Order: sequence, then structure tokens, then C-alpha cells
Amino acid sequence: MNEINTVSLDFPSRSVNEAFARGAAACFAAQLDMTMTELGDIKTAVSEAVTNCTVHAYPDSIGTIHMRLRILEGNVLEIQVKDKGRGIEDVERAREPLFTTGGEERSGMGFTIMESFMDSVKVRSRPGAGTTVTMRRRVGRRPAGR
Amino acid sequence: MKLTSNFAGGRLTVEVSGELDHHGAGELMAKLTERLESDLPRECVLDLRELKFMDSSGIAVMMRVTKRMRALGGRLRVENVREQPRRVIEASGIGKIIEIDG
Repeated sequence: MNEINTVSLDFPSRSVNEAFARGAAACFAAQLDMTMTELGDIKTAVSEAVTNCTVHAYPDSIGTIHMRLRILEGNVLEIQVKDKGRGIEDVERAREPLFTTGGEERSGMGFTIMESFMDSVKVRSRPGAGTTVTMRRRVGRRPAGR
Repeated sequence: MKLTSNFAGGRLTVEVSGELDHHGAGELMAKLTERLESDLPRECVLDLRELKFMDSSGIAVMMRVTKRMRALGGRLRVENVREQPRRVIEASGIGKIIEIDG
């Protein structure tokens, strides 16, 4: 898929940046002229992915979260959220509904919600090296880049 | 995220406004716990008419309040839910165990 536009952002894994990340993603995605429902879905998926970095990738420290947003041909928004944190031992298990290592403060529904709101969610992770989550969603009706 | 509460006739009504994510969920849960333990309500109502955004952190809060309300012999009801939080609630499946109105 050809890339039409892209932005990259690096920010520290402070919980206050969860709102910043979903707001920034919504601003970038708005050029796709999507519905409010689609915009809400995208903000939610970004919030879940970035919260995972804050809570799980860097549990005892502040690390860097790298977010890359791309608009691809065919009105597809791609969101990549990457960290160099702790990594996930068992990705399949982490994606199961209600599974969490975050205690009762977490619902274990983060990946379930990402999967439900996006067309595809790919997770690559290596313990000790970090995690990359790449999500895609086809949105809107009119072409981007005008 | 802001919270206002009112306790009357055994019912604790809590209005949550703004955006509810992991950043604000800890503070919300602490305040809710304080209200639940001091009022010991028969019913807890979360009024979400002014809640513009919620992610799965809100689901965790609802699960914890449900657990506590059941231990108190009461129940949790969630009302006036906007579209975005509603979609999160539906995707999580928590609507099967919590009463959601309007």
C-alpha cells in the first residue's frame, strides 16, 4: 500500500501523555474526513496501546514511546506504537480477553478493544527488547491528500 | 476527569465528566472507594452524561465497583452513556454483568 502522509512522535511514558497521544492521532486522522464513531474508535485504540506501554513496558521507569501514524492508499489509517521496554513473554496469552498482569486496576480488555475497533492488530514482541503494535483501519469515504 | 457525588435514600449517584483513562482512573477509584465505604449504599449509579471519552481503564473501575457493591448486597447501574464509552462497554462484554440504562 502506498503511503500518502505520515508523522512520527516520540514522547515519555508518562500517563498524562495517554491523552496527548490519542489527541494527536485524532488530529492527524481527521484529514481522512471520517465519522465521529470512527474517530472515537481510533482514539480508543491509541489510548489502549499507549497505556500498555506506560503500565507494562516501563512499569518502574519512564521510557520512550514511539508513535508513527500513516495514511495509506485506500483511506487506510495505520498506527504503530513502539517501545523498548520489558516486552511480552507470551503474546497470544496477553491478547486473550481478561488476561492481565496489571492487577485489579487493569481490566485485561486492552487488546480485545484494539482488535474490536481496528481492522487488523499485529503485535511483535521480544522479552527484554520491547514491543511493536501495528494497527490498521479503513475509514471514511473521500480520498485523503487533497 | 471530574467527579461529583450525591447520596440520598440509600443511592449513591456519581457523575463522572471529561475523559477517563489510565491517568485518571486511580484517582477516580480512590474517590469512589471513599464514597462507597462511608455511605455503604444499596445502589451505586454512575451517571456518564458528561463523560466524553473512556477506555478499558473505565471498564476496570466498573468491574471493581460491581464487586464491591455485590459484597455490600447492592448493585451498580450505569446511565446516560454517550456513544464512545458505549462502544467500549459493548466491546468489553461488561454489559452482561452490569445494568446499563440510556
